[in-house]
Amino acid sequence: MAGASSSVKSSRPLGKATRDAFGRALESLGESYGSLVVVDADVGNSTRTEWFGLKYPDRFFNVGIAESNQVGVAAGLAAAGHISLVSSFAAFIICNAYDQLRMSVAYPKLNVKVVGSHAGISIGEDGASQMGIEDVGLACSLPGFVVVVPADEASARAATAAMMAHQGPVYLRVGRPDVPKVYSDETIKFELGKANTLQEGTDLTIIANGLMVGPALDAAEALAAEGISVRVLDMHTVKPIDRDALKAAAEETGAIVVAEEHLAHGGLGSVVAMNVAEIKPVPIRYVNLGDQFGESGSPEALIEAYGLTAANVASAARAVLAAKKA
Amino acid sequence: MSVPIDQLHAIAKELRKDILRMTTEAGSGHPSSSMSAVEVVTALYFGGFLNFDAKNPKDPNRDRFILSKGHAAPVLYAALAHKGLFPHEELMTLRKLGSRLEGHPNMLRLGGIEASTGSLGQGLSMGVGYALAARLAKNGSQTYVMTGDGELGQGQIWEAAASAGKYGLDNLTCIVDRNGFQQTGSSFDVLNMDPIDGKFASFGWSTQVINGNDQQEVLDALNRARSNKGRPNCIVSLTKKGYGMLNLMAKLKDENFHGKPMPAKYLDEAIAEVEAGVA
Repeated sequence: MAGASSSVKSSRPLGKATRDAFGRALESLGESYGSLVVVDADVGNSTRTEWFGLKYPDRFFNVGIAESNQVGVAAGLAAAGHISLVSSFAAFIICNAYDQLRMSVAYPKLNVKVVGSHAGISIGEDGASQMGIEDVGLACSLPGFVVVVPADEASARAATAAMMAHQGPVYLRVGRPDVPKVYSDETIKFELGKANTLQEGTDLTIIANGLMVGPALDAAEALAAEGISVRVLDMHTVKPIDRDALKAAAEETGAIVVAEEHLAHGGLGSVVAMNVAEIKPVPIRYVNLGDQFGESGSPEALIEAYGLTAANVASAARAVLAAKKA
Repeated sequence: MSVPIDQLHAIAKELRKDILRMTTEAGSGHPSSSMSAVEVVTALYFGGFLNFDAKNPKDPNRDRFILSKGHAAPVLYAALAHKGLFPHEELMTLRKLGSRLEGHPNMLRLGGIEASTGSLGQGLSMGVGYALAARLAKNGSQTYVMTGDGELGQGQIWEAAASAGKYGLDNLTCIVDRNGFQQTGSSFDVLNMDPIDGKFASFGWSTQVINGNDQQEVLDALNRARSNKGRPNCIVSLTKKGYGMLNLMAKLKDENFHGKPMPAKYLDEAIAEVEAGVA
């Protein structure tokens, strides 16, 4: 499926896939980061690291379909002073090489950037084996890792640059299909650990990242027509979470919906709940993949079937408002 | 660079005594796994092979030694203490809260540790990374990795072996400490990886099989590896687990002695056996 394209429909204009934006950003950052090396596990034409490899062949190593070794080799390069980047499908780089990420990268705090592409169910037809739906939770369980889930192409570019500027391990999650634009390169602000407030509101806050930012904005628009004032946060950085934004959301709006393309356990919803419970408990509802694997189908059909829709986010918003008033 | 062999024999004895004393003091650890590896570690650090300056342990052009069998940390700590990286008496802090000498090597705590190991199978991949970095830097830095023989059960070792073969990393040497035992018994019974040299050779490595408790054989093998061009080096180092205290281990009816310190009441006897040397 390396070259095929697919897209996710929305009222917003369609942009590139976040993996494409990452790949181009990586390629262009190769010049300013002379010590940057990329270790591939033979999926560079899917994850788009091959664009860097074509431009900088001496700094690109394809070690074959062997993610454990891929991560270990990258760790050695980082320990020798390089910025190392590894990329594979989110499911494989995180799940197959987890102990290597834990022991060879996180524990010695090495400067390795880990990019999981083809995340979530939105990869479509390839089905459950290729769908990383637990990657964010697992990445968050690696001490010291920064975990980032950009929403669109502009934010994926900005996230890639921010990841390089950060000293230490980072997990960046990108997706396969073309996705609607949330930002423009002219207006985007991107700071690791700082949520973007896309829309102000007073009745509740929808917190989303990745693919769900677009539906969150669509839901907010629908709710506005019902007289409900919604704040929308793009929580692109899951770790470290923006506790100030969570505090403001809980105190000022008193109700929260969390929307993400991830299992319920361990993702953004878990992190928001853990923090809000401590800062100021308010009602929370969730839109996510629950506790189940994905399956084959077109991205659009899967997104509908698994409920990652603006309509579902709006329903969750109405439910959490009812809980707030109860 | 040629160091008199008697001097290396004397250092090897000191390392063995340190290993015994520090693990007995700690009340835990892996002295037998450490003692099989003493001649290799002695040759690397004191035989003129490892370009490592204890006063400048982060020199980017240094050679690297990765102890992938991280449970043998005491042999590495003892060598680094004798190199002058830290005071010798610090060895007695092994495994205690706050010590730089953790149960398994932690590179964040102690310069001179080139990889945080202990989860077996990971050191050779990092060695491949170091060797690739040295090639990019064109600095001539050599990387040595020591694995256990039981550790070869980890699939990642063979992923790393294949990748080192692909890149023809002649600045990388993997020494397999084939001491013949792993946690629950004989490495030949648990999962026999013979022929180890044949497996590495099939991935494009240059291989040697030596008596790894014979100091001269170790020196000769490392010399051959250094002059080898175009292929990574594997030295299958046939050793005895607990070498230096084998008589006492026999008396205590434990030829593996895995993961336990010498009880304090036998420590003097163990030290005396090390002093006497192996007949």
